[in-house]
Amino acid sequence: MKFSTFIYNLKQGLKNIWRNKMFSLASIATMTACIFLFGLFYSIGSNFQKMLHEIEEGVAVTVFFNEGISEEEIQNIGSEISKRPEVKECKYKSSDEAWEEFKAEYFAGYEEAAATFGDDNPLASANSYEIYLKDVSAQSELVSYLESLNGVREVRHSEVAAKTLTDFNRLITYISVSVIAILIAVAVFLISNTVTVGISVRREEIAIMKLIGAKDSFVRAPFIVEGITIGLIGSIIPLIILWLLYSRIIQYVADRFLFLSRMMSFVPVEDVFHVLLPVSLILGVGIGYVGSRFTLKKHLKV
Amino acid sequence: MIRMENVSKKYETGVDALNDVSLHINPGEFVFITGDSGSGKSTLIKLLLAELRPTQGKIVINGRDLRSVNHRLIPKFRRNIGCVFQDFRLLPDRNVYENVAFAMKVVEAPTKEIKRKVPMMLSMVNLAGKYKSLPKNLSGGEQQRVAIARALVNEPKILLADEPTGNLDNRNAWEIMKLLDEINERGTTVVVVTHNLEIVKAMNKRVITLKKGSVLSDEDRREDDEI
Repeated sequence: MKFSTFIYNLKQGLKNIWRNKMFSLASIATMTACIFLFGLFYSIGSNFQKMLHEIEEGVAVTVFFNEGISEEEIQNIGSEISKRPEVKECKYKSSDEAWEEFKAEYFAGYEEAAATFGDDNPLASANSYEIYLKDVSAQSELVSYLESLNGVREVRHSEVAAKTLTDFNRLITYISVSVIAILIAVAVFLISNTVTVGISVRREEIAIMKLIGAKDSFVRAPFIVEGITIGLIGSIIPLIILWLLYSRIIQYVADRFLFLSRMMSFVPVEDVFHVLLPVSLILGVGIGYVGSRFTLKKHLKV
Repeated sequence: MIRMENVSKKYETGVDALNDVSLHINPGEFVFITGDSGSGKSTLIKLLLAELRPTQGKIVINGRDLRSVNHRLIPKFRRNIGCVFQDFRLLPDRNVYENVAFAMKVVEAPTKEIKRKVPMMLSMVNLAGKYKSLPKNLSGGEQQRVAIARALVNEPKILLADEPTGNLDNRNAWEIMKLLDEINERGTTVVVVTHNLEIVKAMNKRVITLKKGSVLSDEDRREDDEI
C-alpha cells in the first residue's frame, strides 16, 4: 500500500467514526463498560491477592532442636534452611529471647511471679528457627525436609492455616480467570454485534467500492482504522476513570477507616496500572481489530 | 472487446437466468441490451462485471477470459470497466468531488493526478460548479452525471450502464443519453441496458434484445440507416 493511500485510509477511518456517530458512540460505550469491569475486577483481585500474600507471609514454621545440640550445628542447619528456594526468611530465636518474650506476654504485671524462676530458664531448650515461606503451598514439602534433618526435635506448623490459604488462593485464581474470560467473551460478542450493525448500514458503500475496483485491503483499511481507534478510545476512557476512582478510593479508605489501613495495605495505583494499562490497551485495540476484520469478511464477497 | 460464447447462468434457486447466450461487441461500439423484466439483462451485466460466474460458457473481456480471473484479480479487472447504475450508487456522505476522486483513490492514483483529472471530468459532465454539493442536494440527472464522471475518470475502455435513465424524467434521460453518445464518440465502448424503447428507437444504435434468457434479436439500426 502506498504511503498516500495509507494516509487516505487513516483519514477515512477517522472520518467514518464521525460520520457514523451513533454507531461509534455505541461501540465506544460497550468497550468502555467491558474494559471498566475488567479493570475493576482486576484491581479488586490484585488487592485481594496482596492481602492473602501478606497473611501467607505471616505463617511461620518453627523448628526446635534436640537437647545438647551445639551452637555450630544449629548455625549449619540454619544456613541449609536459608538455601531452600521456597524460604523467604529464617529467623533464629535463642532460648533466652524465647523466655523474655514469654515473660513479657504471660507475666505482664506479675513480674514477682516470674522472678521466682531466678536465673533458671524454663525454656532452656527452646532455641528455634522461625521460617517464613515465599509461597505457603510449599509448606508440607518444607516440613518433611525439616523433619528429616539431624538434630531437629520438633517442627511446629499449622497444616490447616496453610491449606486454607492455598485453597483460598486457588479459588481466587479460578474466579478471576473465569470472570475475566466471561468479560472478554461478552466484549467480543457485543463489539462484533455493534460492528455488524455498523457494517450492514454501510453494505452499499462496500459494494460500491468493490464495483469500482477496490481491493479487499483498500475496503477493509478504513474499517480497521475505525475499529482500532474505537478500541483505543474505549480502553483509554475506562482507564482514566479507574485511575481516578482507584486512587481516590484508597485515599478515602486510608483516611476514614484507619483500622482497615492498619490491617492491610492497598496495592499502589501505579502497580495496578503497570499491568492493567498495557493489558487493557491491547485488549481494546485487539477486540476492535478482530471485531472489524472478521465481521467485514463476509461483506467483501461482492 | 466483449465476447460471450454459449453462456448460461442458472441460479442456485433453479432459475435459468441466461440460456446459451453468444454475442460479440467490438471496440468503440454503442450497444443497447433490452428486454422485459426477467429477460436476463441484469444477470448479463453482473456476469460482465464478474459479480457472478457463468454456469456454462466463456466470457472474454478486453482479451481476458473471465474464467482465469480469480477473486484477488477481480478488482484489477473491474478497473477497466466503468459502470453506471439506475440508482446512481454514489457515496451519500461524500461530495461530488470526493465521489469522483474516490474512484481514483481506489486505483491508488497520485494525488497530483487526481487534482488534475477530477475537475476535468466534472467539467465534461457540466458539474464543475457543484463540486462541493452532496448527492442528496443534486437532481437525479445531476447524480447520474456524477456517476458517469466517476465511471470514466480512470479512462476505462468499456462503459456499462445498467438502466441509467430508469430513475430520470424524460429531459434528464435524454441529457444522459446524449452524454453517453459523446463518450462513445471519444472511443469508449458503451453498453447500455435499458427497457426504455423510446430512447432505444430514437438513438439508432445496435440493439440486442433478450427474452427469457436468450437472444431474441440482434440488429444494428445504424447500419440500416446508412443502407
